[in-house]
Amino acid sequence: MKMTVEETEQMYEEPEASAAPKQLDGADVLIETLKKHQVEVVFGYPGGAVLPIYDALHKNPIRHILARHEQGAIHAAEGYARVSGKVGVVIATSGPGATNVVTGIADAMMDSIPLVVFTGQVATTVIGTDAFQEADIISITQPITKHNYQVKDVADLPRIVNEAFHIASTGRPGPVVVDIPKNMATGIFSPTDETTGEVNLPGYQPTTTPNFLQIQKAANAISTAKQPLILAGAGVLFAKASDQLVELAEKYQIPVTNTLLGLGTIEGNHPLFIGMAGMHGTYTANMAIQTCDLLINVGARFDDRLTGNLAHFAPNAKVIHIDIDPAEIGKNVPTEIPIVADAKEALLALLEQNAPNGNTAAWLESLQINQKEYPLFYEASEEKGLLPQQVVELIHEYTNGDAVVTTDVGQHQMWAAQYYKFNHPHNWVTSGGLGTMGFGFPAAIGAQLAKPEAKVVSIVGDAGFQMTLQELSLLQEMRIPVKIVILNNQALGMVRQWQETFHGERYSHSLIPVQPDFVKLAAAYDLKGYKIESYEDAKVQLKEALESDEPVLIDCRVVQKEKVYPMVVPGTALHEMIGVKPE
Amino acid sequence: MKRIITVTVINQSGVLNRVTGLLMKRQFNIESITVGHTEQPQISKMTFVVNVEDEQKLEQLLKQLQKQVDVLKVNDITEKSIVVRELALVKVVAPPTVRAEINSIVEPFRAATIDTGKNVVTYQVTGNPEKIDAFIDLLKPYGIKDLTRTGVTAFVRETQKVHTPQLSIL
Ligand SMILES: Cc1ncc(C[n+]2csc(CCOP(=O)(O)OP(=O)(O)O)c2C)c(N)n1
Ligand SMILES: [Mg+2]
Repeated sequence: MKMTVEETEQMYEEPEASAAPKQLDGADVLIETLKKHQVEVVFGYPGGAVLPIYDALHKNPIRHILARHEQGAIHAAEGYARVSGKVGVVIATSGPGATNVVTGIADAMMDSIPLVVFTGQVATTVIGTDAFQEADIISITQPITKHNYQVKDVADLPRIVNEAFHIASTGRPGPVVVDIPKNMATGIFSPTDETTGEVNLPGYQPTTTPNFLQIQKAANAISTAKQPLILAGAGVLFAKASDQLVELAEKYQIPVTNTLLGLGTIEGNHPLFIGMAGMHGTYTANMAIQTCDLLINVGARFDDRLTGNLAHFAPNAKVIHIDIDPAEIGKNVPTEIPIVADAKEALLALLEQNAPNGNTAAWLESLQINQKEYPLFYEASEEKGLLPQQVVELIHEYTNGDAVVTTDVGQHQMWAAQYYKFNHPHNWVTSGGLGTMGFGFPAAIGAQLAKPEAKVVSIVGDAGFQMTLQELSLLQEMRIPVKIVILNNQALGMVRQWQETFHGERYSHSLIPVQPDFVKLAAAYDLKGYKIESYEDAKVQLKEALESDEPVLIDCRVVQKEKVYPMVVPGTALHEMIGVKPE
Repeated sequence: MKRIITVTVINQSGVLNRVTGLLMKRQFNIESITVGHTEQPQISKMTFVVNVEDEQKLEQLLKQLQKQVDVLKVNDITEKSIVVRELALVKVVAPPTVRAEINSIVEPFRAATIDTGKNVVTYQVTGNPEKIDAFIDLLKPYGIKDLTRTGVTAFVRETQKVHTPQLSIL
């Protein structure tokens, strides 16, 4: 490129020391706006289209975690959001950077996790020309975001970012994508009246206050029910309403079951807690759903893994459904008493009604009989080897039920859900709706950053761990003390279980013929590794590993052919569960 | 059952995509769709004709639409007193020998002749979809060379007969 004489002269002119306020570009404004939202950490990965944003970040730092793959970054942001209750923030470059976060966005959408994801984009002048690293991320993410934006005018940036945070974190939370063309990041921002950044969303007004009449009806129903049951989902956690939930349960002596994502809303050892419900829920919980006369759903969406065959779901129950998303009410299960509200506001309103107590003693007693008769079980023996359930029970014991537990997806996830009894809410991080392998380990990194003091244990499968294990680099670099526990069955265990049960034991591509030496792998990242092959070893080494203040990787060689039981076979009803008792 | 649904949206780029994408994601069948500005340029109105299985599906559709950030208002106007209009352009084979005959058929529909050729005539007809169906059926025997329909747009009348029960939109 040739320069004119004039331009060359200009280049060598001394910069004038001026008192004029420095000009901000879009990227500067973005970082400033993030600071206004008290963003304390962002998870990201740079590239061409986001270079201006990274430059602004260099000048005006916010803690940035450089994941080793954008998928790792977004799952870490999800873990962070889940545990902290704050919005997780992600930055990825255009094209491949943006497409690499698609899985995480879909995961966050399914599980209602508040995220704001900034993607770089080619300049507006070349959008639509198949420019280098151009991907139409707005169209790609349209069905998997709560909302998305492309910035088309620098002046809109503060408003769009403010709206993105508002939408992500209010009502039913979810992911919002903000696509920033490169020339919007470099464009000069000239403040005017219109650019104050005020949120302007006439079409978005989530209902948080419950309808009084519905609350009265619900209180009445609770008073008069003989066999009421509370089903608590993650909505209770988003609303930070665990205390109110437990108060309601205790006041009216109502047993409580959880969805997979709702675990932790009530203490795992609480006398009114009857375990998780659904496909791998307890027999007691599923039978309680099938026999209750009043089902009080607080913040759960009647997902198919929870309900089993819908036609036979909760046949005797009147249904109260409290949900902040009106579209969830009546979607799968007919509902007599719909309550659109924030779970906490609804529970407080219900408690305020102070309706007279019904008598649930006989009902509770019948559930206790089931609990005694049909507890979760496994059959251990020395010859058989180490069982995955034993490992989870030991983790529970050595962390006193106080750990933050993240999981990947598969059998180990279900065992973690069944056997780890949480003392506190917001300590359970798992991928429910999308069932994303590769989620668990990076999510643990985000969880640990959200709770630096907590013991964070990531229970993962040997296969899923290998989908995002590159993030071991982060443990190495920052000594993030996550405890990785691999329940290593040398198999895609959950796939293998289904093949055993439903496909005549034809193990098509589910047994892993070779594996890395996970201890050596840990060593390559300068991490301490353990290999545990027996229950006796576990009692010593697992304890030591979990007590460490350092990041560790624990490869637990568990029995390959163990199955997750009990189970509601797809297509059958909850009361038809199999594997409820030892054979 | 066939429903007529109007959706008032903020006229953001991509909003049409979002609304039709939503219908596709949730497996709703769009029969026709029309879009245009309202009296306020930043606000558009879409009119959909959709086929839904039952009341529960319908309620789900309305709620999912309402949930979109750019959607201001959703109305199922099927059971209201409404004006429904569609426009069709129909090019018919009409040699001079039968042209008078065709014209007499067309007349009660108050269709306008908008283009005439040696052997073809193009008519423009407006009305509710049933009227247009009838119009097309009558012309079919003569040979239709080309046909385009705009899809339905609709308006709620000023005076409503009786109050129709609303679904439990919460
Ligand atoms: C990204 C992705 N691909 C495929 C699947 C399907 N799937 C569900 S569980 C599972 C096996 C997981 O194996 P592993 O991580 O070893 O856990 P295990 O079931 O053995 O405990 C697979 C392949 C999935 N959930 N996610
Ligand atoms: Mg495995």
